[in-house]
Amino acid sequence: MTATVNVFLKEGVLDPQGKAAHHALDSLGFDGVDDVRIGKQIIIKLDTVDKAEAEAEVKEMCETLLANTVIEDYNIEIN
Amino acid sequence: MKVAVLRFPGTNCEFDTQYAFEKLGHTTELVWHENDTLPEGIDLVVVPGGFSYGDYLRSGSIARFSTVMKAVKRYADNGGKVLGICNGFQVLTEAGLLPGALKRNNNLHFISKHQNLCVINNDNAFLNQCNKGEVLNIPIAHADGNYYIDDAGFEKLEENGQILLRYSDEKGNPVVVNGSVTSIAGVCNEAKNVFGLMPHPERALEAILGSEDGIRMLKGFEA
Repeated sequence: MTATVNVFLKEGVLDPQGKAAHHALDSLGFDGVDDVRIGKQIIIKLDTVDKAEAEAEVKEMCETLLANTVIEDYNIEIN
Repeated sequence: MKVAVLRFPGTNCEFDTQYAFEKLGHTTELVWHENDTLPEGIDLVVVPGGFSYGDYLRSGSIARFSTVMKAVKRYADNGGKVLGICNGFQVLTEAGLLPGALKRNNNLHFISKHQNLCVINNDNAFLNQCNKGEVLNIPIAHADGNYYIDDAGFEKLEENGQILLRYSDEKGNPVVVNGSVTSIAGVCNEAKNVFGLMPHPERALEAILGSEDGIRMLKGFEA
């Protein structure tokens, strides 16, 4: 199975990279951009074929290493 | 005083840190990240600056799981003194030994310059040789120094006197350098035995090189 993990700064935590990209889009003439958030995507190949087991394991990976939950949120997609 | 200086792959301030403490008359020992114990009879552990594990994932996030950090955690839990400088500060926040987290600088630049710092609290084992409100001139050099803590955490820091230093002008007024919450440059834990700061006191030891204010900071640990 493949787990796709998206990690983003929490709502309310200023995202300096997102802000810079937003500013750049504005200056390129892309009007109507409300907000830009930049995060990272982590793709993990897993041995298991059990979706629930995979999800539990990846959640633990996120809490332990992949996200810093002081400043970041994450979501997990399993395929 | 005997000082253990940690070394991860990518650490690059370990020799400056050794030089600093040896200049002050102390003995130092480098400790490789694979060691599962710290040297006997040490008075201080320093997690020095650099780019441990290439800063991959997040600064300090991989180093915190190294073997030696388990020994550092035991040492700190027993009241041992630990100082994290720059990347060391990032490692200690990732390890949960210090509150908060360090984000990318607001302007996205690597900032490298001399910076004034205002001493906020000095009733601790680190800044006891400095006066409250005193302005120190110490170099900074970081890309991820933007200190973040939530409101509840911030209140706790203030109440317990855990804010050590703020970026300031020459009069001690806070200035925005990297976007840190209330311009915080350094904090300690609640028990006041674990200290972390982004600026580099080990690079401010000679007036001819711009500042010797780092001497009094590091000397605090002698008391």
